[in-house]
Amino acid sequence: MSVVVVFLLVIAGISAWWLSRQRLLSKPWLEQGAPDLLDGPEAAIPTQKIGLGVFLAVVGCLFALFASAYFMRMEVSDWRAMPLPRILWVNTGILVLSSVALQIAVVASRRDQLDTTRLALVTGGLTALVFLAGQLLAWRDLTDSGYPLDANPANSFFYLLTAMHGLHIVGGLVALARTTYKAWGAAPRERLQLSVELCAMYWHFLLFIWLAIFVLLAGWAASFVDICRQLLT
Amino acid sequence: MVDVTPRTVAEIPPAEVPDVELYHPHSWWTTYVFSQDAKVIAIQYSGTAVAIGLVALVLSWLMRLQLAFPGTFDFITAEAYYQFVTMHGMIMVVYLLTALFLGGFGNYLIPLMVGARDMVFPYANMLSYWIYLLAVLVLVASFFAPGGPTGAGWTLYPPQAILGGTPGGEQAGIILMLSSLILFIIGFTMGGLNYVVTVLQGRTRGMTLMRLPLTVWGIFTATVMALLAFPALFVASVMMLFDRVLGTSFFMPALVEMGEQLSYGGGSPILFQHLFWFFGHPEVYIVALPAFGIVSDLISTHARKNIFGYRMMVWAIVGIGALSFIVWAHHMYVSGMDPYFGFFFATTTLIIAVPTAIKVYNWILTLWRGDIHLTIPMLFALAFIVTFVNGGLTGLFLGNVVVDVPLSDTMFVVAHFHMVMGVAPILVIFGAIYHWYPKITGRMLNEALGQFHFWVTFVGAYLIFFPMHYIGLVGVPRRYVELGDTAFIPASVHTLNEFITIAALVVGFAQIVFLFNLFWSLRHGREAGGNPWRATTLEWQTPTTPPPHGNWGKHMPVVYRWAYDYSVPGAPQDFIAQNDPWPARPTVPG
Repeated sequence: MSVVVVFLLVIAGISAWWLSRQRLLSKPWLEQGAPDLLDGPEAAIPTQKIGLGVFLAVVGCLFALFASAYFMRMEVSDWRAMPLPRILWVNTGILVLSSVALQIAVVASRRDQLDTTRLALVTGGLTALVFLAGQLLAWRDLTDSGYPLDANPANSFFYLLTAMHGLHIVGGLVALARTTYKAWGAAPRERLQLSVELCAMYWHFLLFIWLAIFVLLAGWAASFVDICRQLLT
Repeated sequence: MVDVTPRTVAEIPPAEVPDVELYHPHSWWTTYVFSQDAKVIAIQYSGTAVAIGLVALVLSWLMRLQLAFPGTFDFITAEAYYQFVTMHGMIMVVYLLTALFLGGFGNYLIPLMVGARDMVFPYANMLSYWIYLLAVLVLVASFFAPGGPTGAGWTLYPPQAILGGTPGGEQAGIILMLSSLILFIIGFTMGGLNYVVTVLQGRTRGMTLMRLPLTVWGIFTATVMALLAFPALFVASVMMLFDRVLGTSFFMPALVEMGEQLSYGGGSPILFQHLFWFFGHPEVYIVALPAFGIVSDLISTHARKNIFGYRMMVWAIVGIGALSFIVWAHHMYVSGMDPYFGFFFATTTLIIAVPTAIKVYNWILTLWRGDIHLTIPMLFALAFIVTFVNGGLTGLFLGNVVVDVPLSDTMFVVAHFHMVMGVAPILVIFGAIYHWYPKITGRMLNEALGQFHFWVTFVGAYLIFFPMHYIGLVGVPRRYVELGDTAFIPASVHTLNEFITIAALVVGFAQIVFLFNLFWSLRHGREAGGNPWRATTLEWQTPTTPPPHGNWGKHMPVVYRWAYDYSVPGAPQDFIAQNDPWPARPTVPG
């Protein structure tokens, strides 16, 4: 469970930093009035972004727990590591492209270049679809070459983690489709910009999660943990 | 010398918080059914939770009947008994307590108490309820599935949970259970995001975090915890579903069943326990923290005194929330783990007693020399403190490895957790309903019926669970469908079991009085007015009662003070509302 405990420490650190700015040492029973000093929420960050941030923390926790389970299950003797299909490298590249496209969309929407925004949004969506197709191909490769889901826990985790990540991409595609629709509609500029930024934020996060999963499945994470362990003992 | 001269303002700067656009319902359906108003969603959540909770109550009766009069009821077979145990536990913990505190009270109180018009994402909030309802329906469906619901115990430990020997293990029962949990978690996440972000972003002008009522602090912290803890249950459920449906071996070791080697192999049941309790222990505090918060407000209001040590209360809530994530393995002392590992978890477990004790002392010091009004909400709040201390003390026993090992599988544990996370939070829920019912409906609940309900429930709960500690100490194991003729179990245990069952039946039936009161008072209750308890918090200051969609009418409230200005010397009355600019002259916000 060390992965998820480390993850929670990070969350706790962020929460503590945030709480430390909330005047927790103030004496509210002595303070009256002055709403200008005692301002309410920080209005600088849009609510939707905060909402997405909290959601990403939940998603991060989910995958940290999967990683914890992965490491714990790995220690049992029946674990047989599985070769990673080559196509995963291609898929990773495509997902990076998808993220880059959405980042371009963010920049373009800030500069009010509507055509570039539209093009980048569509590119981002299509590359994400290609990534999903690529993941399905990877599944087919594996089952064909004798690595079915239930043969070994390493295989099971491969299918489980890629499926969970893929489902999150599918959810993101729904939001992206709505944003793209907005880009062709008459939505006010700020709204469109916010939606594009939210999509990009989610995409970058899912790319990060994918890279973490990739490192985990390739076995590099385990070797890294081993090195750390040796350094500590 | 601390300067206590109140700072006042001559004029109020324009709002930093933009007023929100609300979705305005156009038809009966969008007003009362597919409503995006947090208050309607709160009622929907509460109604559903109470309805399924009543099912769990009946299940507990059936269990008690079996324990007191084994063999009398033909339809309570061993399988059925385990199904009752499982469904009773799961419903009460997840579908009743979590849903009612966060989905019910969270939805109703957060926007009103922080001074918002609604939750920040009303559409997701509405979806949250409908997914919760779907989860409940899937759960209920398992009662009618072939083989019935799962009988794996509420902890659903593998490997037994998905094997043929357990009711529902090889039929649909366990699949429906896991699916229902997955749905619940998805739905809860949607609602939880709302509760957290509304507290972060939706507060009205002047409402700093340190001016929030403790109810909001409790619900807020509990929601943050739930958002981080429920994923563990999600992961465990998904992986077990894979084991059951797709034949993987995440949790399933090599097994021989009925002389036949199963295809599973190598899986780790302990892994499941880690995941489950990583959710399961924070879950205790997910239920307890909102209760702590609500009780603080009830006590302060009905003792007409400011809460003692507000800052300490806030820190204790946050501290308990953080600590509760590093104690999970104290549920696993008997799983064969390394004793040093157990020692670590025993230490963290006992450390939680410190912030918890701070809270109890502060409640008592709030009561000290207060102008205590023994209203029904106050009675329930006082009953909570007593019960929570009782249940907490037996927790100190069970938190220690050497004491826990012999007691672990006895009725002592059942008595402990029913006191601390069954009876105690339920008492707060009752108190909170008596307290806020006038705001929700505009009418008071009937006092005489309330007195009857309180005394029967309070005394009855002790008659049920106090003797159970004794039964556990004698060594009576839990989870046994019947005890049979066992040498170490004295006859007094059987007598006590009958006594407990009769008490449980009486307490259960007394809840009918409460339900009757809820419906009867809708029409016939005394008119409450806007602020019958003369409370300071914002929800009592709405222009109309019950508050309409949007809560505040034309002008958003502006907050001038913390939530506990009771009996302030020199003030015109014994409370000063949070939006009362006294001693400055009231100014109209712009």
